[in-house]
Amino acid sequence: MNFHMAWRNVWRNPKRTGIILVAIIIGAWTMLAYCALARGVMASSLESALNTLTGHIQIQNPGFREDPAVENRIRNPAPVAALLDHALPKGSCWAFRVQAGGVASNARNSQGITIVGIDPEKEPELSFYGNATAQGRLLEPGDDRGIILGQALLDSFETKIGRKLVLMTQDADRETASRAFKIRGTFRAEMEGTEKQYVFITLAAAQKLLGIGDNVSLACIRLPGRTGQDKAELNPVVEALTRELPRDLTALTWIDLLPLLKGYLGMFDRFMLLWYLVVFIAMAFGLVNTMLMAVLERTREFGLLKALGLTPVRIVKNVLLECLVLLVIGLGAGNLLGVLTIYLFSGGIDMSFMAQGSEFWGLGRLVVPFVTAKDLLSVNAVIMGLGLLVCLYPAVKAAGITPVEAMN
Amino acid sequence: MNMVDVKEVSKTYKQGKVAVHALAGVSLSIAKGEFCALAGPSGSGKTTLLNLIGGLDTPTQGKIFLDNDEITGLSQSRLASIRLNKIGFIFQSYNIIPVLSARENVEYVMLMQGVPARERSERARAVLDDVGLAGMHDRRPAELSGGQQQRVAVARAIVSNPAIVLADEPTANLDSQTGQGLLEMMARMNEERNVTFIFSTHDRMVMDFAHRIIRLKDGLVAHEQIK
Ligand SMILES: Nc1ncnc2c1ncn2[C@@H]1O[C@H](COP(=O)(O)OP(=O)(O)OP(=O)(O)O)[C@@H](O)[C@H]1O
Ligand SMILES: [Mg+2]
Repeated sequence: MNFHMAWRNVWRNPKRTGIILVAIIIGAWTMLAYCALARGVMASSLESALNTLTGHIQIQNPGFREDPAVENRIRNPAPVAALLDHALPKGSCWAFRVQAGGVASNARNSQGITIVGIDPEKEPELSFYGNATAQGRLLEPGDDRGIILGQALLDSFETKIGRKLVLMTQDADRETASRAFKIRGTFRAEMEGTEKQYVFITLAAAQKLLGIGDNVSLACIRLPGRTGQDKAELNPVVEALTRELPRDLTALTWIDLLPLLKGYLGMFDRFMLLWYLVVFIAMAFGLVNTMLMAVLERTREFGLLKALGLTPVRIVKNVLLECLVLLVIGLGAGNLLGVLTIYLFSGGIDMSFMAQGSEFWGLGRLVVPFVTAKDLLSVNAVIMGLGLLVCLYPAVKAAGITPVEAMN
Repeated sequence: MNMVDVKEVSKTYKQGKVAVHALAGVSLSIAKGEFCALAGPSGSGKTTLLNLIGGLDTPTQGKIFLDNDEITGLSQSRLASIRLNKIGFIFQSYNIIPVLSARENVEYVMLMQGVPARERSERARAVLDDVGLAGMHDRRPAELSGGQQQRVAVARAIVSNPAIVLADEPTANLDSQTGQGLLEMMARMNEERNVTFIFSTHDRMVMDFAHRIIRLKDGLVAHEQIK
């Protein structure tokens, strides 16, 4: 009966109820939409960064992060390979890489680049290398003469597929080493900088060029699906790896490797909170005002209830129940709209119109908005919890009405 | 056995710097089963006295006993509980909760009292029939006449057999014929259910129903008449 009463009271003034419902609906809707967009942008930025050769976790020589030189390499890859083959969560993938700075040149041009030696079989599922071919083809296993480079680099060398490119670098004995490779294909990356920076040759070719035998620079690991977004998901894997890793090696997460990106993503979280706050404050004003109006309009009624022997607590509960009805209806519709909107854009939003700005942060061109269950929960909890909290004011006001005043 | 004992009660309202002595030392006793009218000119303190007896307000001086328990000095929550369980109120107007039907209005008080659902509904139906609202149980206040609304208020006031029913000018907003009907019904409830009634009124006709008339004047009992 208390619920009946609240329900009917809510609909006593349909116009006013309508206005406040619209406010709650818009609030919930925009919170969800903004959250979904931010999540999409964050996921896209992270995905793009992880794709650009970072991966979720890397196994490195402790000195490599500071100074990615040949000396700071993994000298005992065999136990690492054995470990990674059995200790990673199901669905993960990994591969060794050799990485060294060098110079690429042909008759027309020469340019500083990063030489990346890759496993032609395992690398494609690990980074953008596998899914961004612009021209030609990828390296085949054993193709120790082939090279893949970015489309932008190819253009600046004014060369084409099938032509030669000479790579020059410093080998393990600090001697200059160079070798000619044949261009097999080019890749497109989201950022032109990436296209100009990386050239790919086979792991064996890189090892030979640097004179490091079977040694490698690092192992790159990709965790399955959407896992690995935060410390909580990464840490258990890192701990498991560190336990069995040879003493002279270290496991680093993308958070260690890209602290700036982590900070940038954290900024989004804070913006999101700020947005919640702004929307909520606007909504709270509407809610408190309407409820206050509703309460004052019914002074006599609350006086009567008090006279009949209802306690102030009971009256607070009655008013809050009315707020609850409003909030539940508003949130229901707001969530529905929000989820529908997210569904409508689930094909992705093309962000290339802001390519200049987005490139800076490595924002992917396609942003797919999404929300996690936790987001849904927190948006609803924020509106519901704070909504009831601000309704406490009109509720307490109603409870404070005395019958003697009200009945005069 | 006295249902109400009012002992040397005075009530002073402060309006700015002026003190209004609404009651200036009233003493009276009302026995169980009485059907008693409070009369007196406007401003004589009728409403004030009813409010004090009903625990809606506290006296400036003096003591009030309800069913032999002192109610002066009790906390707000104790007073609320006494109002809920021992007192029935009928006001001049705006007596019933507008969003609830006649039956729900009667049931709501029982819900607050903790009466089980089935019993609530049975008792509400019976009492509504008793006050002459058979067939109108599910009407909302807006669909009831003023007299019928007052009948709902009476039904709600007596449904849980309170120690006393306090009615402040229950007929003031009704035409004399409807008022008379209401009074007849209240008198019948008083007889059949042995509920104690105190009601205030200006109206001669209403006073005629009372077994006892207490006349107030300037906050004092001026005259008593027992029939
Ligand atoms: N809340 C209040 N504040 C100040 N003065 C009050 C208040 N309530 C009543 N009074 C004053 O107390 C006196 C008694 O008022 P009360 O309402 O008890 O009279 P009444 O006999 O019920 O009159 P009526 O027949 O007009 O209803 C009046 O002078 C009135 O102005
Ligand atoms: Mg009065």
